[in-house]
Formats: sequence, structure tokens, C-alpha cells
Amino acid sequence: MRVNFTVNGRPQEADDVWEGESLLYVLRERLGLPGSKNACEQGECGSCTVRLDGVPVCSCLVAAGQVEGREVVTVEGLADYAKERACGHRSPEGQDSQTGEGTELAPIQQAFIDAGAVQCGFCTPGLLVAADEMLERNPNPSDADIREALSGNLCRCTGYEKIMDAVRLAAARQGEAV
Amino acid sequence: MSTPNGTPTKLTQGAPTKGGIGESTLRPDGTLKVTGEFAYSSDMWHEDMLWGQILRSTVAHAEIVSIDTSEALALPGVYAVMTYDDLPTEVKNYGLEIQDTPVLAHGKVRHHGEPVAIVAADHPETARRAAAKIKVEYRELPVITDEASATAPDAILVHENRDDHHIGHVPHPNIVHRQPIVRGDARRAAERADFVVKGEYTFGMQDQAFLGPESGLAVPDEDGGVHLYIATQWLHSDLRQIAPVLGLPERKVRMTLSGVGGAFGGREDLSMQIHACLLALRTGKPVKIVYNRFESFFGHVHRHPAKLYYEHGATRDGKLTHVKCRIVLDGGAYASASPAVVGNASSLSIGPYVVDDVDIEAIALYTNNPPCGAMRGFGAVQACFAYEAQMDKLADAVGMDRVEFRQLNAMEQGTIMPTGQPVDSPAPVAELLRRVKAMPLPPERQWESSQGSDVRQLPGGLSNTTHGEGVVRGVGYAVGIKNVGFSEGFDDYSTAKVRMEVIGGEPVATVHTAMAEVGQGGVTVHAQIARTELGVAQVTIHPADTQVGSAGSTSASRQTYVTGGAVKNSCELVREKVLEIGRRKFGSYHPAWATAELLLEGGKVVTDGGEVLADLAEVLEGESVEVEAEWRHRPTEAFDLRTGQGFGHVQYSFAAHRAVVEVDTELGLVKVIELACAQDVGKALNPLSVVGQIQGGTIQGLGVAVMEEIIVDPVTAKVRNPSFTDYLIPTILDTPTIPVDVLELADDHAPYGLRGIGEAPTLSSTPAVLAAIRNATGLELNRTPVRPEHLTGT
Repeated sequence: MRVNFTVNGRPQEADDVWEGESLLYVLRERLGLPGSKNACEQGECGSCTVRLDGVPVCSCLVAAGQVEGREVVTVEGLADYAKERACGHRSPEGQDSQTGEGTELAPIQQAFIDAGAVQCGFCTPGLLVAADEMLERNPNPSDADIREALSGNLCRCTGYEKIMDAVRLAAARQGEAV
Repeated sequence: MSTPNGTPTKLTQGAPTKGGIGESTLRPDGTLKVTGEFAYSSDMWHEDMLWGQILRSTVAHAEIVSIDTSEALALPGVYAVMTYDDLPTEVKNYGLEIQDTPVLAHGKVRHHGEPVAIVAADHPETARRAAAKIKVEYRELPVITDEASATAPDAILVHENRDDHHIGHVPHPNIVHRQPIVRGDARRAAERADFVVKGEYTFGMQDQAFLGPESGLAVPDEDGGVHLYIATQWLHSDLRQIAPVLGLPERKVRMTLSGVGGAFGGREDLSMQIHACLLALRTGKPVKIVYNRFESFFGHVHRHPAKLYYEHGATRDGKLTHVKCRIVLDGGAYASASPAVVGNASSLSIGPYVVDDVDIEAIALYTNNPPCGAMRGFGAVQACFAYEAQMDKLADAVGMDRVEFRQLNAMEQGTIMPTGQPVDSPAPVAELLRRVKAMPLPPERQWESSQGSDVRQLPGGLSNTTHGEGVVRGVGYAVGIKNVGFSEGFDDYSTAKVRMEVIGGEPVATVHTAMAEVGQGGVTVHAQIARTELGVAQVTIHPADTQVGSAGSTSASRQTYVTGGAVKNSCELVREKVLEIGRRKFGSYHPAWATAELLLEGGKVVTDGGEVLADLAEVLEGESVEVEAEWRHRPTEAFDLRTGQGFGHVQYSFAAHRAVVEVDTELGLVKVIELACAQDVGKALNPLSVVGQIQGGTIQGLGVAVMEEIIVDPVTAKVRNPSFTDYLIPTILDTPTIPVDVLELADDHAPYGLRGIGEAPTLSSTPAVLAAIRNATGLELNRTPVRPEHLTGT
């Protein structure tokens, strides 16, 4: 089948999609966007988290056909997405950075680097999408709020402490910027 | 913890080098990893590539009566189906130490999930469906599942006709390796004991559960060879095992490290490497294999489950008299790293304590359970769980405070190990316990605030099972000892190629090693070392591949020590050559070129007094310097097979934990609310990364304390929970705050005085949590992980 949808602000068309393919598979293997990760492919680890019409979902559990006509944001588009949110509109050059290359990082991305929240990095894309969405809803989260919001994202390297640091750091920087 | 320092420097003028050792520089791959651009092995993609799929055995122990691949081959989109009969050479087995593992099963399968056949097709689903169409007829055999069934008089041998180098000294062919350690006279010393405690302990099977599944891409080369892009812990070890099975010389198997999504020991053994190469060579097309999580649970070895039998004695004044112990590790169907795990378990079995009279035995079994091998902590984890439980019991028997009892018996520099080896660098065991105990405790009833109770901070969490009723707090302590580096006489070297040249007017160093960056931050540290040694700002880390000599394994907490040491050494050799060029070009302009000790700092050649002699850019103009050299730590020796005596280990690493738990005693639910750690790291080359390693290791220890266990059916030897739905690893909600206190006491034998750090925190974390739960509940709890039914008795 053919699936038409929007990824990181750009219209995409995926051809010859087998009906059993997941959104994750289409992103990774058909659209050249492997940033969303395949740690469990059973909806338990959150490494494949993307925004589907703004809502964080495990893209491994979304059938490709379900995204027809809808908007998807992946980690590759997170920087632009955050920038647009900050500016209140979509920047015209946004589409040039569809793969994430050469883009200024989103605050949550920079905070993950600065706080040492990245080790092997396999959980990082999903955590970034989830944490960014939480800070959008709740700019001033308590530690318990952060843990609750990120409880669907497994990390095996960090013990989560530096991830907590990173989210607190991003929230604090976001607060300073306002 | 100590404040990050700048680069140690003798400069009194000139610019210091920024970003050297001791600073918390940020990961060079950080930006790629947060933007999704970092290419992991499962992200590899090639035009016209095929997908590989493995068919695995559905039973644990059986003869293979027949395999029929005809229906699979007939499926449109299928390019190849291969079984044992299609293997290209006489070499059909592989293995880390003992080549006992068939590439594809021949005549027999020995564990649930053993590879039987492989398929290549143009879509992963086609490959899966084709694999499902392969008909395998099994004739099931009795399963060997534990020590009793393995060593019974009529036991079936898991491996007939063993000819490995351990068979001569094991008491039964179903025992992979046995290591006794005898020092002093434990039987006589026991007579001096006023108190004796005995215990039997069980350690469950833990999975590494790295998030990046086993995966890679094999691309056939025009010369008949193959290029494999792979996530592994040791490229050259893979190469040594892969090439003979393919019938290729090693130079025709080119390997490049792809992004590695964690490892923790689970990538020491081969998984899909040979299968992908076989299919690529057979079809002439690139072949990608990516396990899903279900398959990953079958695709790598696990941590050895263990039974541990201990007897400890102490005098009335609290001094240990003796320890007797017996550790039985279940190695599963293939040897993997079992012999080395036995060496660690036995030599580290009494912990970081002074005991002169010991009688120790460790064995690993061959069974039909899943193969077990390397995982973070490697034999020392299981022992620490048991000896720390014993230390608590014995302290209680003597009537001493549990921490003080440990401190009274703590080893220190100069203590003799059970192996007869003196501990010849700092061993601040008592100090680590003091530090972790001195940290402030979290407030009582921490779930309460002015806004009321937050159920998220109670056992049961958002299930809202208690508002504090039935909740009891407990505190527990533990400390452990782990060896660093490969032991027992292994030639544990690393290679580093370092190049220095001027690019765009700037001096630039390029570091090329085969070190597997698995997330630990080795690439960060290599750049820091190059800056410190060569005084440059710009360092390029070359991708890891087999075009440079071996860097050894990313395991045993060894990479910063050994490959870091190799980078340091090669940088020093490069520096000498740079200074030679400088002397040739500029020596006549200043006498200090001949007389002073010269350093490279801040892009300049300076004297040790700080006087600037030349810019590095001038010295290197029109020149480049490159050195590739191997570097070794001091040699070790094998343990004697009867007495266990020998200088077996390179270095030791110590960490202590204090766990604070709250237990809902009615429902058996545990919430760990703080897990504090103090660890000696010798020298923190990158303090941010060091703390990250300690916290990560700590939580893997928490996991096996309260949730993580692969359940193997005792009757069928089948794995019952191969998914993240049924095998639970800690989420951020299960994880407490982890305050870390880093001590830096230099080991003079090691580069910069550093100590390998990655594994020690995984040891003491588990027994500290167990001790805290015992403290809260008063239960004995002799197995880990602890499940609710162990606490409620239901």
C-alpha cells in the first residue's frame, strides 16, 4: 500500500508498504530516519517514541496505515519543533533540517549532553521526545512528575540520575529564558 | 565528590591545554546521539540489502532427526536458506575460549533457542515466514538443569568427547572448570571461632538487557571477502572466531564498529556475526540482521545463576577466623566465559576482608539451560551477594554494628588475598564504608509534604496501594571487591595509533584504536588523554575498525586503563618525535631545546619551567608524525589448579553502598528510596562520566535485587519470560536518588593512577538492597531477586 503523511513538517510518501509494517519500520527503513530506535518493538521500552499529531506514542505499536494524513515528529525534527514552539510559528528554513543535521539543538537535547545523560544513547531519542513533550505541558515539573512522565522509557546505562539532572536543567533554562 | 580539576601542568606562562584529563569534557558523539544521526548497528542500510533471520530450536535438548528447508526456499523473496550442511569449511564451531559452540546446530541442540538454520529474504517479514516454514524434527533428550542432574552417575554428557584444556582437572565432564583456593588451614582456624554462621544462597539469572539489539550488516567484497559493520565489545576477538568459519583469511574479513547500544558483557560472545557473513557470501548481497527483543533474550549469554554455600567464623572480639565456601555457577549449554568467571568467583569469594584461613571452591556446570557468560561484575557479583549477607549475620552473632564489623575486618593496602597475592595499591575499604555511612539519611516518611502524601513515593506507586500503612523502612550496607583487566596470565594488551599534523594552521591529533565504544565514554577519555599529552585542542577520534591492532575487550573495567594507557603511550612516543623535529628545526635558537625537559602545552612546545620555545604548528609545518604501538599492563599469572595460588589480578576496584528501602510488608512491595555509593576511582579522568558509570552500575545491581530474573522452566529448560513485559528492568520510577562520593587514591602501577571503575558498583548494590529489606522485614532472604511472595510468605 501507499502511505502519505507528514514527518517533521515535510510531506512524505511511502510506497510498497506491507500492511503489517509499523510506523517505526517505515520511518527507519523506508524514509531514512533511523533516529527512532528499535529496542524492544513491543511497546515496553519507549525508545521509538514519536509525536503523532502532538501525542507521544510508541511508533512500533502504530501500524503504518494508521498514520495516513497525520503529522509525525521524530527526534530528527525535535530541534525545529522546539524552535517553532518558542517562536510561535513554523520557521521557513525548518525543512532544510529535516534530518536533524546542522540544526541548533533543542534545549532538552543540549541539556542531555551537558548533564551527562547520554551514554550508549539508544534510549536517548525516545526520552528526548517524551521529556520535551512533558516540559511543553508542565514547564515546572517536580521530581515525581519527571519520573512519572518518563516511566515508559527504559534506560540501561545511566541509572536515570543524569536524565533527571538533564530534565531539571532544561526546565531551569526554559524558566530563565521566559 | 572532589571538584573537577584542570589539566595538571607545570606551566608558569603560556596557555594551558583545555579539555585534558580530570575535566568533565562532554562526549564527542553527544550531538550525534541527541539528534538521531548516530548510526547504530541496527541503523545500517545498503541498497539492495537482504534481511537475515535465524531459526532457533523450540526445545532445550534433542537430537535433530531431520531438517526440511524446501518450503522455505520456495517462498517468493527468499534468496538463501542455510543449515549446518551448507557451512563452507571444516571449522564449524566457535567460542571465546573453548570452541564448543556450533555456528548452526549439527545433529543435536543443547539449549532452548539454539540456532538451527538461517534465511535471507528481501523483507524481514518474508525472512521470518520462511524460517517458520523450515520443518525440524526433534527427538527430545532428558535435560540437565542443575548440579545434581549434571553430575549424576548416569548423566547424559552435554558435550561428548571434550578435548579442551580444562577436561583434565574437572571432576566430571559436565563441569566446565573448577578452581579451588586453599590458604592457611580453615579447619583448624574454625576451632578458634567463637561464632560460626552458615548460609546457602541463590542468585537468579540476570540479563544484560542492553537496549540496542544484536544487529549488523555484512557486505560482500569484490575480493571474495566480507565487510561486517557490527556492534561488539571486541572487534579482534570476533574476527578470530569469524574468519575460520567462513574459510577466509583474517585480512579478507574487514570489521568496522557500528554504534553500540550498550553491552554489559552481553556482546563478548558472537551473536549474528557469522550468520550475516555466511548469508552475504552465499547470496552476493549485503545482508542485515536485527534481532527483536524476544530473540535478543536467546541471542546472548546471561549472568550465571549460582548456588553459594558459605561458612564464616569470628572470634568474640569480632575478628574473622576463617571462610569456607563453595560456589556453583550454571554455565548453561556452552562454555562462553565460564572458566574466567570461575576464576573471578573463587579468587574474589571472600570479599574485601582479611582472612588468612580459607577453603574455597568454585565450579561452572554444563547444563541444558541458556548459556551464561560475561556480565558486568563477572563472577564477583554472585559472591558479593552471599559474603555480604554472611557478614551481616556474623556481625549480629558477635553483637557488633554491621558497618563497624566490616571496618574491623576490612582489607587495606598490603593485605594478602586468598590467592597469596598482596594488594599493592590503596584499598580504602573501611574509609568507603565510613563515607557512605556518613551521608545524611533521607527524611522519614519522605512521601509526605505540606501538600499531603504523594503515592508516587511509596511502595506500589501509582497503583495507590498504601498511604503509608504497613510501610517499614530498612537500611543496609555492603562493600565489594572487583578485579580490573583480564587476569590469570592473559596477554591483555591494547594498541593505539596516534597521528599529529597541522590542518588549517592548527595542530591536530588523530587517535585510532579498535576500542569498542559501548556507551562508557572511552572516546571522550581518549581525546582528553591526547590533549593532555600532546597539548592540542583539536583531537579526531577515528572510527574503530580492524585496520589497527587489537584494543582488547570493552569489559573487565579495563578500557580506560589499558586502551587509555595505550593512547597515552603512543602520544608519548609521538611527542618524542615531535620534539626531535623541533630540535632539528629550532634547536640552534635556544639552549633549552637540548637541556630542559620539554612539554607540549596549549599548542606550544614549552620547557618544564614554562618558557615557550615554539608553536606546534611551526614545528609540524610540512611534517606529520604517526605511531602505532601496543601497550601492556604488568603481567599476571594463572592460579594454581590445586591451591589457587598466583599473582592472578592486575588491579582491584572497591565500592560501598548504603541502601534505604521502604517495604509495604502487607503486599510485599519494595521501594528503594536511596542508594548511596562511595567508590575509589584512583583518578577520575572524566568526573561526569565516572559518576554516570557508578550510578548506572548501581541500578543494574538494584535490578537483580528486586526485579530482574530470567525464568527457566526446571522441567523443560525453556525460557519463560523473553520480553520486557515479563523480564523487568528498573524504570525511572523504580530508581532512587543515587548520591555518589568519589575518592581518588592513586594506584601507582596504573596510567595517571586511575582505577577501572565500571563494575565495582554493580557488586555491592545488590547486597545493600537485600540487607535493607532484611532490616525492614526481619526476614532471612537468601535468594535474589526478592519477589513479593518472598516477603509476604504467600
